[in-house]
Amino acid sequence: MPILSASGLYKAYDDEMVVNGVSFSAEPGELLCLLGPSGCGKTTLLRMLAGLDEPDAGTISFDGRSIDGLAPQQRGFGLMFQDLALFPHMDVFGNIAFGLRMQKLPASQVQTRVHELLDLVEMSGYAHRKVHELSGGERQRVALARSLAPEPKLLMLDEPLGSLDRALRESLQSQVRRILKEVGVTSIYVTHDRDEAFTMGDRLIFMNHGDIIQTGTPEEAVANPADGFVARTLGFKNVLTGLLVSDGETLKIECAVGILSVPKPPGLETSEGAELTLLIDEKGITMSASSGTATGDSLQGVITERVFRGDWYELRVQVGNGELYCHVLADAVLNLAQTNQNVVLNIDPNFIRFLGGGG
Amino acid sequence: MTAGRLLLLIPLAYLAIFFLYPLFSILERSLGGESGYGLEPFRVLLNDPYYLGRIWFTIWQAVVSTLLTLVVGLPAAFLFARYEFPGKSLLKAVSTLPFVMPTIVVAMGFTALFGSQGIVNSALMTVFSLDDPPVRITNTLTIIFMAHAFYNYAIIVRIVSALWSNLDPKLEHSAKVLGAGPIRTFYHVTLPLLLPAIISASLLAFAFSFTSFGVVLILGGPQFSTLEVSIYELTAKLFRLPLAGALAVIQLAFTYLFLLLYSRFQEQSVVPVNLMPQEATSRRAKSWRDKVFVLGMVLVLLTMLSPLIALVVRWITLDGGFGTAQMANLFSDERGSYFHLSPVTIIWNSLRFALMTVVISLVIGTIISYFISNSKRHWRTIADALVMLPLGVSAVTLGFGYIIALGRPPLDIRGSWIILVIAHSLVAYPFVIRSLMPVLKGMNPNLKEAAALLGATPARVFLLVELPLIAPALLVGATFAFAISMGEFGASLILVRSEFTTMPVAIFRFLGLPGEANLGMALGMSCLLMAVVALGFVAIERFRYKGVGGF
Repeated sequence: MPILSASGLYKAYDDEMVVNGVSFSAEPGELLCLLGPSGCGKTTLLRMLAGLDEPDAGTISFDGRSIDGLAPQQRGFGLMFQDLALFPHMDVFGNIAFGLRMQKLPASQVQTRVHELLDLVEMSGYAHRKVHELSGGERQRVALARSLAPEPKLLMLDEPLGSLDRALRESLQSQVRRILKEVGVTSIYVTHDRDEAFTMGDRLIFMNHGDIIQTGTPEEAVANPADGFVARTLGFKNVLTGLLVSDGETLKIECAVGILSVPKPPGLETSEGAELTLLIDEKGITMSASSGTATGDSLQGVITERVFRGDWYELRVQVGNGELYCHVLADAVLNLAQTNQNVVLNIDPNFIRFLGGGG
Repeated sequence: MTAGRLLLLIPLAYLAIFFLYPLFSILERSLGGESGYGLEPFRVLLNDPYYLGRIWFTIWQAVVSTLLTLVVGLPAAFLFARYEFPGKSLLKAVSTLPFVMPTIVVAMGFTALFGSQGIVNSALMTVFSLDDPPVRITNTLTIIFMAHAFYNYAIIVRIVSALWSNLDPKLEHSAKVLGAGPIRTFYHVTLPLLLPAIISASLLAFAFSFTSFGVVLILGGPQFSTLEVSIYELTAKLFRLPLAGALAVIQLAFTYLFLLLYSRFQEQSVVPVNLMPQEATSRRAKSWRDKVFVLGMVLVLLTMLSPLIALVVRWITLDGGFGTAQMANLFSDERGSYFHLSPVTIIWNSLRFALMTVVISLVIGTIISYFISNSKRHWRTIADALVMLPLGVSAVTLGFGYIIALGRPPLDIRGSWIILVIAHSLVAYPFVIRSLMPVLKGMNPNLKEAAALLGATPARVFLLVELPLIAPALLVGATFAFAISMGEFGASLILVRSEFTTMPVAIFRFLGLPGEANLGMALGMSCLLMAVVALGFVAIERFRYKGVGGF
C-alpha cells in the first residue's frame, strides 16, 4: 500500500510544459531517487508535492487522503532546498529548533530534540555557531537536521549535496542515507548524478522533459534501461541508433559506426526500415592493432581520446561517422592505445541489447 | 491570506483620507467649483515661456544635484559599510544631521561659512591679505547644488550602506581573483548589486531637489525659481490660486512620471543575493591604504558638516563670546519663554511628535512594501510609483490642503496635534518603503518557503523570518522618519497651534524677532536641535546592536 501517490500531474510555466502528466507512488519508509538532467521538471515536481506550487492538473494523495489545495505548512512535509535556505539571522540551534517551535513544543523538549538531531548529524557542539561561520558540509548537515527535526511524514531533498566536492559528497551520501533509514522517513531525493542515485535510492525514477521514463530498483534499471536516455543517465556510453536494413535470423542494422550484424533476440517485433536503439556493453568490444583492412563484422577506427581510470583505460574511438568507447586493461595498452592510432574493433553480438523508445 | 489582505485597508484608508482627500480639496478650491476655471490655467501655463523655463530648470537642477549627491554619498556609504573605526556610530549619526536641519538654519550656516563676511572669506582675506572676499557663491547655482548635496547625501549614505554592509565581500574578492582591478570590480560586481539601493536613494534625493523650496528661495536668490517656489509666489504674492493649483498638478504629474520610470528600472535591477550579517563584512583598516582612505573620508564628512559647525561657532562667538547668558536664556522660563512655553516643552513636543511619526510611518510603510513586493509584476510598478506620490507634494501644499479639508466636518482635527503627526508621517513613510523594498525584493524566496514547510503560518513567517531580516532596513526607515519629523518646518508652521510648537517652528519665530538676544535664541535652539537629533540617531543605532537588528 503506497503512502504517497501522485497521478497525472501537469504544470506549465509561460506556456512551456514543465511537468507533463507525471504519476508515481512511494512505499512507507522508501527512499526514492529522482534522476534527470537540469530542467527536466524535478524541482517543479517537488515543489508541487510540497504545496509550494499548485499543479495545473492531477492529484496528490498521502496516507490515503487527498492533499490537494493544502498549504505547505499544513502538509507536514519537509524540503531541503538546493541552496539550503538556512536562516542567516539564527544560529544552528535556532535553525533546527524552528520547526519544533512552530509545533509549539515546550522549550525543554525543543532543547532535547535539537541536541538529539545535532548528535544524529554528528555536529554536537555546533549549536551556537552562526550560519555564516559553517563550512559547506556543515551547512548541509544543519539543513538536513532542520528538515528532520519536526519529524516530517515525507522528506524531499533537492540536490542537497550538489555544491560539495566529491570526497565530502560521497561521505555525506552514505551518512544521509544512514540517517534517513535510521529515522525511517519516506524520502524523495533529487539528483542528476548516477553514483549518488545508486548510493541513495531504494528505487530510481528517471525523468526527462517533464515525463517519467522509467521506475525501478538500480539493478532493474541497469539490467533493462528503458531507452537511450536512461542508458546514458546510467553511465552507458555506447548507445547507438540505427535503421534496420535487413530482417531475419540475423538483423543488419545501419548505424553511424557502420553496419552491425546482430542475432535477432526472441520476442523483438520489428520490420525493415524501423529505427532501433542499441546498447553495446564496453566489455563486448575487443580491440586489436590495425593490420590491413577490417574483415567481416569488425570495424576500423581511430583512437581520439585516452582516459586513465586506474586499472584500465577508457578509449574513445572514432568509427565511421560515430564513436564507440571501449575499455582496455592498463598493462595491455602500452603499444596499442595511443591517440591517433588506427585500431580494429570486434563486437561480440551477445553484448548488444535492444532498448525501447528513441535515442 | 484574506485576514492578511484586510491589513491592506489600513494604508489605503490612511492615504485616501490624509493624502487624496486634502489634495482634491485644494484642487477643487483652485480649479473647479464656483470659479469654474477648468483647464484654462493649464493652457495659460503651458503657453508661457517663463513657466516652461521653470519646469526645465527644476528638472535639470535636480539631476545635477542628485549626481553631485551621489559623488559625495557613495564613498561615504562604502566607508560605513566596510570599515570599523573608533567613533563610527557617532560619525554616522552626526553626518545624518544636515538632513533634518530646517532650511532656514542651513541657509544661516551656509551664509556663516561662505558669505562675504563668513568664516571662509574672512580667513582667506586675512591669510592672503586680500581686499575683497575671494569666494562669491551666494545667490549662485553653485550654492544651490552645494546645499542640495549637503542636505541629501545622508540619504545615499544611509540607504546604500545598509545594503552594502550586508553584501558578501567574497563576491568582490572573486572578481579580484578573476583579474578585475578595484574599479572594474566596483563597476561590474558591486555596482550592479547595489543598484537597487542606489536607485532608491537617488530617487529620494532627486525628489527632494525637484521639490526644493527653502534652499532655492533663500540661498539662490530672486533669479532662480523651481516649480515649488513658483507655486509659493503665485499663491502668496500674486494671489493667482488657479495658476498655482495647475502648477501643483503639473509638478505632481512630473513626479509621478519620474516615479514610474524609476520603478520600471528598479524592477529590472533587483537580483536576489544572499545577505550576510554586518559583522561578517566590515573590518578594521589595517593596510596604510585603508587607513588613508578612512582618515580621508572622515575629513571629507567633517567638511560636509562645516556649515553646521559654523553655526555652532557663530552661536558661541555671538556677542563677543559664549556668554552664560545665552544658555541661561534658552532654559529660563521667563525671559526665554516663547508664548509661555519653556524650551523644554518645545523639545518634548518635537520628540513625541517624532516618535509617533516613526510608529505610524513604520506601520504604513511596512504593510505597503510587503504587499507591493509580493504582488504581480505589472501592477507592482504602478502601485510602487503611486504610493511614493506624497514625495511630489510640498509640505506647504499639504498644509493648506489639511486646513481646507480636515478643518470641517466630517473630519475636524485641525486643532489637534494628530494632524501634525499625520502630515509628518505622510512625508516620512515613503522613506520606510524605499529602505525596505530593496531588502524585501532581494530576499531569497526559499527562506520563506523553508519556514512555511517547517510549519509556520504566513503571519509567523513574517514575524520570525522576514521581520528579523528586514530589521536593519526598518531601522534606516525609522531613522529617516525621526529625522523628517524633527526637522519638518513647512507643514508644521501652517498647522501647528502655539502650545504644540516644535523646535524648527520656534527657531523660525526667534529669527523673526529683532535683536541679538533673539538671534542667539535661534542659534541656540538650532544647536539644541542638532544635539537632540544626534542623540536620537545614536540611540537608534544602539538599539541595532542590542539584538533586534543584529543581522
